[in-house]
Formats: sequence, C-alpha cells, structure tokens
Amino acid sequence: MEAARIEHPRPWMNRPAAAYNFAFLDEGSKREIRRKTLKAVAIPGYQVPFASRELPIARGWGTGGLQLTLSLLGPNDVVKVIDQGHDDSVNAVSIRRLIAETSGAATTEDTAKATLIQSRHRIPEERLRADQILVLQVPQPEPLRRVERSERLTRRKHAEMDYSAMWLALYEGIVRWGDITLGADYPVMVHGRYIMAPTPIPRWDNEKLHQAEHLTLFGAGREKKIYAVPPYTDVIPLQFEDYRFRKESFDGKACRHCGSTDTFLDETTDEATGLTVYQCSDTAFCRKRRGEELP
Amino acid sequence: MAYTAVTGGKEAIAEAEKLTEFFRLKDAQAILTVGMIETQLRLLVDRVMGEGGLYAPGYASLALKQAEGDPAEAAFLLRAYRSTLPRNHVSTVIDPADMRVLRRISSSFRDMPGGQVLGPTRDYTHRLLKFALREETMDDAESFLGKYREETSLPRERPADLAEPATDREGRAALPAFPKIADLLRKQGFMKAAEGGRAEEGREEEPFDITRQKLIFPVPRSGRLQMLARGETGAMTALAYSSMRGYGAVHPTIGELRVGYVPVAVPYPLDEGGARGEPLYIGEILLTEVETIHPFTQNASGEALFVPGYGLCFGQNEVKAISMAILERSLETSGTAPAQDEEFVLLHIDSVESNGFVSHLKLPHYITFQSSLDRIRRAQRAAGGKEAGEGAPEPQTGTPVGVKTETAKAAAGKTAEADKEALTHGSRAD
Repeated sequence: MEAARIEHPRPWMNRPAAAYNFAFLDEGSKREIRRKTLKAVAIPGYQVPFASRELPIARGWGTGGLQLTLSLLGPNDVVKVIDQGHDDSVNAVSIRRLIAETSGAATTEDTAKATLIQSRHRIPEERLRADQILVLQVPQPEPLRRVERSERLTRRKHAEMDYSAMWLALYEGIVRWGDITLGADYPVMVHGRYIMAPTPIPRWDNEKLHQAEHLTLFGAGREKKIYAVPPYTDVIPLQFEDYRFRKESFDGKACRHCGSTDTFLDETTDEATGLTVYQCSDTAFCRKRRGEELP
Repeated sequence: MAYTAVTGGKEAIAEAEKLTEFFRLKDAQAILTVGMIETQLRLLVDRVMGEGGLYAPGYASLALKQAEGDPAEAAFLLRAYRSTLPRNHVSTVIDPADMRVLRRISSSFRDMPGGQVLGPTRDYTHRLLKFALREETMDDAESFLGKYREETSLPRERPADLAEPATDREGRAALPAFPKIADLLRKQGFMKAAEGGRAEEGREEEPFDITRQKLIFPVPRSGRLQMLARGETGAMTALAYSSMRGYGAVHPTIGELRVGYVPVAVPYPLDEGGARGEPLYIGEILLTEVETIHPFTQNASGEALFVPGYGLCFGQNEVKAISMAILERSLETSGTAPAQDEEFVLLHIDSVESNGFVSHLKLPHYITFQSSLDRIRRAQRAAGGKEAGEGAPEPQTGTPVGVKTETAKAAAGKTAEADKEALTHGSRAD
C-alpha cells in the first residue's frame, strides 16, 4: 500500500517538541500564583483559592507545592526537594529533576545551602533562616474537612471563626480513646485567627512553624489553594488544658547511624537481625552530622 | 546510599522509564502511527480531547500513543501540555444552531422539522464481533470506500483541508437547515427563553473560567457546565444513571441530540477601542450537543413550562453529552441524592484529579504512619491493654478516662451540646 497514506495528515505534528518556557509555566500563570501567594502571606493561615494549572506530574503528587516553587524560582535560586525527609526518595527525585530541567536552577541536598526547599510531610531538622523559603505540598488544605464535608460550609465556618465542631471532635477522641487521637497533620491555630492544616508533617515538626524566622508556603494543587505562615507568626497546636498536644515520643531510642536522640526517627526492621531499629527521617541532616559532604 | 525501601531515586526512575518503553514496543508487529490513531480510533480521540479540555486531535492521538491507550493518562498529558501555552485569543460565542450536522435525532418528536438524521451510530447495529476485521487490508478499505462514495455520490477524496468553512456546503450531500427543537419549543411558549442565549442577544455575560479561577460554591451555571464538559465520561455516566434509577429526580426526554462541525471564530485581533472588524474564521470543531426536556412539574418557579437540561462536549461522545444534560438539570433540583449535590458531582468527575489523588497512595507515607503508630500505642496503653509490637507498657503519663467505648460514645453524645460552649472557652486558654 502507498506509504503516504499512513503518514500523519498534519505534517506539523511531526516536528520536534517545542521548547518549554522557563520553569515550565507560562509567565501569566506564574504571576497569578505569586499574587495569590502575596495575599496568603498577608492573611496568615487563610486559604487563598487559585486556579491551579495541570503539571506534568500527577495531581496529588505535589503539584501545589511545585506550582509555588516554579512561580518563585529565579535563575540564582538553589533548590532542595525532599519527600518524607529524604532527598533520594523517588518522588523527590522526580520533582527535583523537573525543576532543574525546566529552569536550569541549581539543586542541593544541604538544607543550609538551599534558598528554596520543597517538601512533603517533613520540615528539615536544621532551623531555617530568614533568607530561606519552605514550600510544603498539601494533600488536604482544609483542617475542618474531617468534621464538615462541604466546602461551602467550611468556608463559612472559617469566616465566622466557628470552630466548635473541631474542638468537639478532639474532645470526643479523648472520651473514646483516652487521649487526643490525631497523628500527623495535627491542626494548629495561626496567630489566634485561623485553624490551619500544617500538612501531614509529624507533630514533631509543628513547633518549627511557631515564630519561625523563615516563610512557609503551602500549596494544594488538586484542591486549588495557597496559604502561608509568614515569619514570626504564632502557630499553636489545638489542645486542652488537661489534655495537651504531645509530640511523637522516641524515649530511649537513637538513630542507628548518627546516634541522634533529638530528631524525628523512622522505625524500621533490621534485615539481618529482625530487630526494630530507628534512624533519622531527615537523611541529609543525619549525613551532615556524621561529617559527610552533601552534594 | 539507600536507607529505606523506596529510594535509589534517579537510577530507579530512569530504569523504570526504559522498561515502560520496552513493554510498549517489545511485541510490536508494526509501528502504530499517530495518524492511524487519529483516523481509526476516532471515539477514543474525541473522549480524550473532551476530558483533557483541549481540542487538538493530533496532540490527543500523540498522547494516546504515548499512554499506550490509557484515556486518563492521555487526558492528563494534554492538560499538562496546555498549562504551558499562553492564551492568546478567546473565540466568539459558538452557536451549535450553525452546526454542519452529521447526526441529529430527537426522541420527543417523530417528525421534527428537518427530519431525523441517524448518521454514524452503532445504536441499532448488533454487537457481534466482526471476525473479518482481523484480516482487514488496505485493499478491503479502498474497495469499500470506493463503492460507498459511488453509492452516495460523495467526493472521491475527503477534503484535505478540514478548516473549510461550514457555510460552504458544496460537494456535500445537500442537507436541509436544522432548526433547534428547543428553539421551537421556546417559540411556542412551552419553554422559557434561555438566559443569555440567542433570545437575549447582546446581554451576554462573561462566563466563569474554570481554567483561571478556582470553583467557589455555589458555582455559576457557566462554571458548572465547564466542569461537566471536561468531566470523565464513565464517572458522569454513573452519576447520571444513579439519578435516573432513583437517587434523584431526573428522567428526561431527549429533545435533540446533534453531532457535527461548528465554525469557530476569534475577534479580529487588531481591533482597537470601538472599531470592530469582522471576526476571523479559524476552523471548525466537532461537537456533540444534547438538549433534554424535563417535566414542567419540576419547574421550581411553578410556571407550567418544560425545563431544559443542556449537554455539550468535544467530539462525538453521546453518552457523556446526555449524562451532562441530566447532571446539569439534576444540580438545579434540591434533595439529598448524590447527583443533586453540587460539590459532590463537580469535585469528583475530573479524571485528572481523581486519578492523581487515588494513585498518590502509591507514594511512601512512612511519616504519617509513624505518627499514627505512636498514637495507637498511646491509645492501647490508655485502654490498659498490652501494646502490640513492643515490650512492657511504659508507665502511664496521661490521665486515662478508662471508660468502655459504648458508654463513652453515649456520654460524648449527651454532653456534646451542653458542654460545647464551656469547652470551647476552656480550651482556648493557651
């Protein structure tokens, strides 16, 4: 048969892929995201709706954080990406590669050297400085969702500062289980006004948001919201006078690599001995403490 | 250096990518070209364009090839690509009344003006596997096409330029103009004039734009229609079906379903201020449009008028357009059925979002799990039982309530209302 018949009917489809814009998104989109970010910084803890673009990584895999990073990124930034405290986790690698390939930005694993840190589920152990921005990926930005499924009603509750259902849910946990039962993503009160979801960071990390030197931005791509904790903002976990917020306890445990007793530890099983062992969740911090040079 | 199971990032990803490519090609007998997909997997291409929200048959076909035929993955590829494109123009309003109709049916009127045009449809064919297709050759195709064109006196070749204006009907079988059934009903006073529609020319409102704004509930109708037009076919069909079967109140009659090409124009780009040039014709797009008619007893305003439902989507995707009309109508009614809940319907039919979030469970969740391990140990301790996975329980530091679940639940329910006020105040002492 004539070969010509199976060629594409539109010749221009055969050309090589067009080059992408700096940091992937078009400039109009980046500007919108930066404007919404400024609004978020101006109203700490308030969830600012934004349009949210589709990215080449899947919704729910960090697209909110990534949109913030891409819109903030300049050619002189140094970016660090971690997932679960880990620079080498597959999704962190994937996101870091996308950022580097579309912007040419330098990347690092050393928290202290980064100007922009995108993270999922952890805040680095090293305290961040005023010249650093932390971007957290957000699966569910609405802390009230566990007590109210309707977006329309949760927005109203925030506006009216009607948080009784949330307090009641905490209380019911205590009555039923003897203590506050919330694990990660422990809700916080931001500067006495908005209850905010700190993202599924462990309770261990909550205090790193309180009166911090650095700016923390939260991006929810699928739910299309941006919110922020600016520097020197009060971030207080919800708690009762007689039932206090409590961090994860690692009493008597230490990192099997660096011996640390003051970091968040991952629990794992030693393949050789079958025993439960602990190790730093923030792997870059652990390596640094052992004197390793980080890339 | 790998500490935990799912690491080794860079190399693992690169190898997985290679392996995917290997599986895509390893048993190939011939290379599937993008052109073949575009011309022979027509309905799949249409579906992907609709769910991807980008009318681009060539890119949709490329996405399908790359995604090995997964429609959700292909729609996702299209959406991600569209994010990189600036929006240079906005078209003038498209009017499906101008449609170059391929197919047009009504289940309300047997003798509708213009007549029923069955067009390309499998509706009345028997779904028997055609085993002969296994041996189909290009010769078979040519011979069928030659014969068919002779019979129907269609031009020998399809015009290569698809961008031919729809108003030019030369060379095509002379089809009559097709007035819209809904317009006839409106003219006869059985249905209300559409808001912002042709009946109220010039009073058009700027529509809500779901690609530039987050949905805020309640969503304006234009926003709803856009979400539905971009929704996932299967999800929408399931919800529309639920509404017809009893979870809701909607069981419509199809006033009209039409499939065909509609011309697209953009305002003359060099217009300044008041001076307005003729809009520029830029091509035509294939659309499926459905207008459903609903009983006047559902009319909330109490007027004895039929209520319309509206569905419109890219390509030929009839079940989606019908489902859209049902859901659009259903969202205008109030009740407790899922298909009547705006947030429920609009936030769960997007394939890029639902697929992304469900599949994100494949990402590691070590931290959240560690955090809940810590909590379950405490809760077990509080209940006075022995902890799983650890030795002797540590001394209790809290003040466990120590009541059984049933009584606790009852207590919580009883005290909830009364104590809410006190609790709220007491607890904010920090």
